[in-house]
Amino acid sequence: MANATTAGAALPADTNIPTVLHEPRGTASFHLKVFIGIAVALVIAPFVLYPVFLMKVLCFALFALAFNLLLGYGGLLSFGHAAYFGMASYLSAYSAKVWGFSPELAILTGTATAALLGLVFGAVAIRRQGIYFSMITLALAQMVFFFCLQAKFTGGEDGIQAVPRGRLFGFINLADDRVLYFVVAAVFLFGLALIYRIIHSPFGQVLKAIRDNEPRAVSLGYRANQYKLAVFVLSTTLAGLAGALKAIVFQLASLTDVHWSMSGEVVLMTLVGGMGTVFGPIVGAAVIVAMANYLATLGAWVTIVQGIIFVLCVLLFREGILGLVARWVKRPL
Amino acid sequence: MTGRTMLAAVALATLMAGSAEAQISVKLGVLNDRSGVYSDIGGEGSVLAARMAVEDARAQKIIGDDIKVEVIAADHQNKPDVGSNIARQWYDQDGVDVILDVPTSSVALAINQITREKNKVFLNSGAATSDLTGTQCSPNTVHWTYDMVQLANVTGGAMVRQGGDTWYFLTADYAFGHALERDTAAVVQKNGGKILGSVKTPFPSNDFSSFLLQAQASKAKVIGLANAGGDTVNSIKQAAEFGITQGGQNLAGMLVFVNDVKALGLKTAQGLVFSETFYWDENDQTRAWSKRFGERLNNRMPNMTNAGVYSSVIHYLKAVAAEKSKDPQKVLARMKAMPTEDALFGKGSVRADGRKMHDAFLLEVKKPEESKGDWDVAKILAKVPADQVFRPLSESNCPLVKKS
Repeated sequence: MANATTAGAALPADTNIPTVLHEPRGTASFHLKVFIGIAVALVIAPFVLYPVFLMKVLCFALFALAFNLLLGYGGLLSFGHAAYFGMASYLSAYSAKVWGFSPELAILTGTATAALLGLVFGAVAIRRQGIYFSMITLALAQMVFFFCLQAKFTGGEDGIQAVPRGRLFGFINLADDRVLYFVVAAVFLFGLALIYRIIHSPFGQVLKAIRDNEPRAVSLGYRANQYKLAVFVLSTTLAGLAGALKAIVFQLASLTDVHWSMSGEVVLMTLVGGMGTVFGPIVGAAVIVAMANYLATLGAWVTIVQGIIFVLCVLLFREGILGLVARWVKRPL
Repeated sequence: MTGRTMLAAVALATLMAGSAEAQISVKLGVLNDRSGVYSDIGGEGSVLAARMAVEDARAQKIIGDDIKVEVIAADHQNKPDVGSNIARQWYDQDGVDVILDVPTSSVALAINQITREKNKVFLNSGAATSDLTGTQCSPNTVHWTYDMVQLANVTGGAMVRQGGDTWYFLTADYAFGHALERDTAAVVQKNGGKILGSVKTPFPSNDFSSFLLQAQASKAKVIGLANAGGDTVNSIKQAAEFGITQGGQNLAGMLVFVNDVKALGLKTAQGLVFSETFYWDENDQTRAWSKRFGERLNNRMPNMTNAGVYSSVIHYLKAVAAEKSKDPQKVLARMKAMPTEDALFGKGSVRADGRKMHDAFLLEVKKPEESKGDWDVAKILAKVPADQVFRPLSESNCPLVKKS
């Protein structure tokens, strides 16, 4: 994994990446243990909890992980990530239902859509910084929302319903919740590993340098905008993967997924879980989705409880749940 | 979470023990909006209606002691994925047999699919989409209370017969608004009315003034509001500011509930024409039931969605009692074979495509001086018989109908 020597070797010798110094010795092997722990938990979970609920958690966890890649490591607060998540979910649902794509092709179609959208929107948005960047992403996402509301293929506010789950690679029947769960879990683990690799690659080190001090990174000869665009596209692509997966799991795509409140929800998940921690968004997504699910009987109280938790989180442990845990175990998570 | 599995196991064990004694336990899940824009339409009111139906069914000996009924509720937050998750969990884990209410078309269509896949029963009361008994119709779904075809037929058709033969539409600029305008315009023209024009309003919108002025200038007798929710409320409020109804034009709301009228107030909403399939002040029976309803819910009067939940539960329990089983296919077949009758909707029937047939009302909001009480908000202009209200089977695009 990425320790100080390999990261340093891959980079020009005169750059000193601060984040590398934060990681104490043995962090990589500790992270390996965490990975194994997650994998074991993923295998046991469907026998204890309801698989559909778990799949929802995993889809949102992947979405939050993708978002965290951009916010936590790129320092870019996009307020329009629902656009990529939702568009991917629409395209995945549409291609599976109308064009009869197999699930893996449908998911790829959705993911590719998000990547393309991210490339175009990112190219526009990264030209500005801070709040202006956020506002541009929000404005572009609103355009996507209105497009989805008006376009014929999305079915307006009815959404695309009755999407077939189909057979993965032509022989794995996804109609069974357990089978689909393990497919989703595998995709999730792949996404997590990819993000972990990105963060700990030389590319990730430069990203963190840009996040911490952009003018300095530029003065060292890095083309900050190219790095920002690259991480933006990576983030939207993974968000798209989550959205495309969700369309197959729930067999529907709807306006909820492109609505701005979804963009807000993913910010909430990331902040509650721990912004800038690798595994934090997973915890955040689990907490938020579990609340929406298990408190559903409380009615209006769900949003109030969510609000209170958010306020408590910001007041008491600003680094998020895993940020707090990371402080206890004295290792970055 | 092992506690949950243990609970499920215990529940399963009791279920099995129950069936050994020829006992039937039925679990009804009310799934609707309990926190958002439609919480006044469905929400707690529909849960109460379901509970009252169970109590009344027991009191009236429709079901005996051998049938146990439990009512649970959850909030789908108007999100199809949340609703779909709850529905799957209810069916797979919590032993729910019937899902009730479900406003918001996208959520209703999702539950429609899941219910069919899991072979359970879905009695929809809250959703407007006529696809539930059209292209997406399912043998496991009964669409109870109202739909878009009915709204267009009653508000459009009956208005023309009342003399409102020239129309101008304010249409929310998205698929739902377009469909509502298209359907209503067709009905108006079929009945000999004329469409003078229409204007598309951005969705959602806060300022309708320029559109209302266009509508006013058109001199149409009726201004049709092909919108829903906040748009309807805003456009009615602003129409009142322009004095449109006092000027002799009628406002026709396509999707308005009695709660909306109450919230707007008579001063603002007076003269507004709308359609519901149930009005609490129709006769002694509906008044008596509504009074009991109101006593348990802050003196609120029920709307057609609440009434529909009550009526559908009564009919379902009748079918379960008659079949002495809760097997979904048997019960649904019985529900369709047996005529419906209850205090709220009178006599009716359930069609092969899952459409529940009953009469519908054209209502007009009273002037403040005509109202005799808090909830005395509307008068019945016309009662349209069921066969003129809903889409006839001959025009149905439901695959279930073509087969038979």
